[in-house]
Amino acid sequence: MNKVNVALIGSGNIGTDLLYKALRSDVINPVWMVGIDPDSEGLARARKLGLKTTHEGVDGLVPHMREDNIQICFDATSAYVHAENNRKVQEQGSMMIDLTPAAIGPYCVPPVNLKDHVGKKEMNVNMVTCGGQATIPIVAAVSRVQPVEYGEIVATVASKSAGPGTRKNIDEFTQTTSGAVERIGGAKKGKAIIILNPAEPPLIMRDTVHCITEGEPDQQAITDSIMGMIKEVQKYVPGYTLKNGPVFDGRRVSVFMEVEGLGDFLPKFAGNLDIMTAAGLRTAEMFAEEILNGTLVLEPTKA
Amino acid sequence: MSLKGKKVTLHDMSLRDGMHPKRHQISIEEMIKVASALDEAGVPMIEVTHGDGLGGASVNYGFPAHTDEEYLRAVRPVVKRAKLSALLLPGIGTVPELEMAADCGVDTIRVATHCTEADVSEQHIKKSVELGLDTVGFLMMSHKLDAQGLVEQARKMEGYGANCIYITDSAGYMLPEDVKERLSAVREALDDSVELGFHGHHNLAMGVANSVTAVEVGANRIDGSVAGAGAGAGNTPLEVFAAVCDRMGIETGVDLYKVMDVAEDIVYPMQDNPPRIDRDALTLGYAGVYSSFLLFAKRAEAKYNVSARAILVELGQRGMIGGQEDMIEDVALEMSRAASEAEAQVEPGDMA
Repeated sequence: MNKVNVALIGSGNIGTDLLYKALRSDVINPVWMVGIDPDSEGLARARKLGLKTTHEGVDGLVPHMREDNIQICFDATSAYVHAENNRKVQEQGSMMIDLTPAAIGPYCVPPVNLKDHVGKKEMNVNMVTCGGQATIPIVAAVSRVQPVEYGEIVATVASKSAGPGTRKNIDEFTQTTSGAVERIGGAKKGKAIIILNPAEPPLIMRDTVHCITEGEPDQQAITDSIMGMIKEVQKYVPGYTLKNGPVFDGRRVSVFMEVEGLGDFLPKFAGNLDIMTAAGLRTAEMFAEEILNGTLVLEPTKA
Repeated sequence: MSLKGKKVTLHDMSLRDGMHPKRHQISIEEMIKVASALDEAGVPMIEVTHGDGLGGASVNYGFPAHTDEEYLRAVRPVVKRAKLSALLLPGIGTVPELEMAADCGVDTIRVATHCTEADVSEQHIKKSVELGLDTVGFLMMSHKLDAQGLVEQARKMEGYGANCIYITDSAGYMLPEDVKERLSAVREALDDSVELGFHGHHNLAMGVANSVTAVEVGANRIDGSVAGAGAGAGNTPLEVFAAVCDRMGIETGVDLYKVMDVAEDIVYPMQDNPPRIDRDALTLGYAGVYSSFLLFAKRAEAKYNVSARAILVELGQRGMIGGQEDMIEDVALEMSRAASEAEAQVEPGDMA
């Protein structure tokens, strides 16, 4: 079967977990993994799994992109280098799926707006944040039934699953997520809260979504919409589970979710990281299907 | 040990931690009245913010009667001698909110994290320092970490530039021995120029005793709250601690009778959920649970017919920390479902 060749930029935890998932894909063929450290465990692991690797960053990848027909790249590095990485791979005719908080392209939450992005042939899409991936589908499930005046999400992740980058700039999470709750979730006003919980054994990611609807909530229609949306997310994150709710209290609608990861490379409790890699892969697969059936032809951009 | 002549700075919490028992519904008029009276009584530091800090306005923690900005702008002109402070919890509040507070004229920013997560405070502490503010690192739920662990976390905040570190007993769980061990280790580890503070809750009635112990081992900033107004069974009652300090010869600079009058004449009459050590507040202290959970658990008890005490104990067992108010309804729903399932199993029809 035909597959689309891809490169993974970033050989850390996210890149490696993404690689494990991509190796199972029917339409994605991981060819390259890019790092910056010759002694990187991630690169060694990728080589063992049959990938080509470079420790010279994106510059080490670029000369090989045409001959290896790399059409999609994932960036799992950092916001600071993303713009440069993006420019370089797009010059080689590859699209970019951005798992960093850089967000130079439009936000992508697969069950909510992935089809629109594929239709518009976006060359760079951003995967928002872990909390955004876990909660925005629920906000959207409510707002597609009736207007949401206010949407608030509380994401709780195990301390062990929050790396130094997240910690150093935690505002990036709250600000990006609350913005996407509005723009993609459809809430008129958005608010995001993140809690890092150090309990041992580590807690599985929890996400609570509170929506305030305009007017009395249509309980049956909202419940049906949420249940349908959960099934959509479960297609790529099987451990996306409704723990409680929806609770209706006046105009408040609250939904209590749990996100357990697949445990490919990252531990199962780190559902926050798993939902990012799974959403990234899901996005790539949908673009890949269009590339394979000829409806999407990628062209290099001029620098 | 004689503490005669030791100087301690008291920091009043009634308009921030005291927002919890008021469900964040303190009016602007009340804020102005309390703040100006505290200022007049010589209380040197006054905190004004949503109970959960800047940006705390939310479904999860409660929407306040007014925004942080409205409160701060109203209070600033009437606080003439005291320093005005605002609290910020990274993950809830953000740098733009910190900048707003600075623009309102606060003198002090206190950046609060769970005791093991000091590294999420870096950007906020650095911003506060950059703005030239008195900057405090505030380690919450400190009973959940040992002295050595707290030393490491305190050093991180000191490294980001905080000029004062607080050990915070958010659950009102600590006993004087716990305070002594933790604060003396942190005092030892910090640079001499960095101040040390203690914030207590009165759930086991140890607020005053713990604060005295904190002073004994080198703390020089102590949080209290007039009339005890704060989460759980309240904070260390400020006027009581001031009286004890006076007896011990510790210098606080506050006018004891005036601060007693603020409590009696202004703050007690404002209270609609007066902090007291009822069985639920006692459970917070006994089980080591975040004090702000109290009223949420009581509301869940009323709504789902599950004991608030049982909810709080369960939250403690699950290792829930400050800010996880969403898990109170979650736990209550589970307990209520379990109870109805158990009931269904003993339906009379099944007994035949």
